[in-house]
Amino acid sequence: MQSNARAVGAGRTASTAGRSPRRDALVAWSFALPFLLLFLVFMAGPILVALITSFTDLRVTDIRNPLSVDFVGIENYAAVLGDERFQKAAANTSAYVLVGVPLAIALGLGAALLLNQGIVKFRTFFRVGFYLPVVTSIVAISVVWRILLGTETGLVNAILGAFGVDGPGWLSDERFALWSLVAMAVWHSLGSLMVIFLAGLQTISGDLYEAAEVDGANRWQRFRGITFPLLRPTLLFAGVITGIGYVQFFEEVYVMTQGGPLNSTVSLAYYAYDQFSFGNYAYTAAIAFVLFIAIAVLTAIQFRLLRPAT
Amino acid sequence: MSTLSPTRETATNLPRAGRGPRSGGGAWWIYLLLFLGILILVGPFVWMVLGSFKTTGELRQVPPTWFPEAPTLANYEDLFSRLNFLGYFFNSTVVALAVTVGNIVFCSMLGYALAKLEFPGKRILFVVVLGTLMVPSVVTFMPLFVLTANLGLVNTHAGLILPFLVGAFGVFLMRQFIAGLPDELLDAARVDGAGEHYIFWRIILPLCGPALATLGILTFLGSWNSFLWPLVVATSDTMYTLPVAIALFATGQQETNIALLMAGSVVVIVPVLIVFIALQRYFTQGIAMTGIK
Repeated sequence: MQSNARAVGAGRTASTAGRSPRRDALVAWSFALPFLLLFLVFMAGPILVALITSFTDLRVTDIRNPLSVDFVGIENYAAVLGDERFQKAAANTSAYVLVGVPLAIALGLGAALLLNQGIVKFRTFFRVGFYLPVVTSIVAISVVWRILLGTETGLVNAILGAFGVDGPGWLSDERFALWSLVAMAVWHSLGSLMVIFLAGLQTISGDLYEAAEVDGANRWQRFRGITFPLLRPTLLFAGVITGIGYVQFFEEVYVMTQGGPLNSTVSLAYYAYDQFSFGNYAYTAAIAFVLFIAIAVLTAIQFRLLRPAT
Repeated sequence: MSTLSPTRETATNLPRAGRGPRSGGGAWWIYLLLFLGILILVGPFVWMVLGSFKTTGELRQVPPTWFPEAPTLANYEDLFSRLNFLGYFFNSTVVALAVTVGNIVFCSMLGYALAKLEFPGKRILFVVVLGTLMVPSVVTFMPLFVLTANLGLVNTHAGLILPFLVGAFGVFLMRQFIAGLPDELLDAARVDGAGEHYIFWRIILPLCGPALATLGILTFLGSWNSFLWPLVVATSDTMYTLPVAIALFATGQQETNIALLMAGSVVVIVPVLIVFIALQRYFTQGIAMTGIK
């Protein structure tokens, strides 16, 4: 990649020797302009505004003159951090991410390794089947899962009942609701992780395994010694993008539990939306930035933990 | 798919599709686990489709049934005649198409500039755009709503579309792909006196087929499934997209009408599943192209 980029640069210098760099830059910016305008207005601008707003007292009533608000310093952040519902949301989000992400990665990796064991028959069938949940609307599938997990009439408890187990109220019992959402999220994202890992496994040369086998390494030793270290960059990539997604979990909560029972499933994103619908815009911005910082920290930690050992 | 290495073992193996350490037939327990996985991952869809042909009465039976006892189309009739699902379907489609076209055009233009042109600020631009991949949508939706309200675009198609016309993912994907195209091609065209815009539209873009297909499909899908922004900006029945409609019905007036909700979910999910199964290689290509090599 590096050398490629250098080669590109070199090629340009040679071919543009006759033209003025200023004209070249103008042409280049003309390609960037449409994107940039939209990007500034609808992405970069709003991020900045959200940051500023989190230090003001903006409410829904100020929507027509958002510039007339007053600055309140870190008041919103102080209020947010001291708010019990926020603390509950932060704890729930942490539990959701810290359990959900490793679980999804482990199962996705497991599925990829199974498919990589020389499975020839039904290979495409398995790959497509495992990926199916990934492409579906999480809102719609949450509706289906809400019905599946119904206490009396749900399929899950009916199946458990057939084995003589009296299933709990998956979404109505505060001890189970959050974990039910985690399970559904893992179900939803496992396939994309599998595909990422399959791509990663393709890059590992089979010769390494053969050499290890000749040396008498067993299945586990080959995994520890070859697959895992060589898959580190892939694991990092998978961990980061899955983490960023999981930290923002919202739709499941909105459709399946509305944050309940007893706030046991309220997430940071859901709480931010909740405050928005009450008109507390500045408060929403403060919660959103706490969430953003959480994502940045999580990403940084993963980079440290999974940095390829060189 | 994989390079065949002429080792002792290869001769006795099947074509090394799997590249795994043991490229034999695959033991029975592997198939057992995989089929179990399929059952869990695909089962809910089967149950959903079957359920959409049941009555709410049957769905509330204990124990639940698998196959509808008296299959009925009443749920679908309800969705499309009594409720406005045709309208929601139309909104979802229009928004997703517009967003897809926007991303394809604007992201590949910037992707080209980043991959093949030199200009001051290029590096910073790329880093800033990529950095926004990490920004959760919950940060931007509130300012976007204030902006949209002041532009008078709340509850309009434009309001649903504009904020998503461009995205960092598309830039990254297109830049990666275009960087891989040979420079000789561009140099030859430049020698012939072609301008950069001619080169981009006539030479580069036609070569970007696979990348554009991937970007198009993933963008369409992302828009079709997106929820938070449409939930905020579509304030009346006429502008709801499918996910907004189904979520509001599921948490509001149709909460207990679970047969109808099942059919609604089918309307949201099944078109996507069909497209996915038909075009599945482009989905996995996206991961191969953006990631990890």
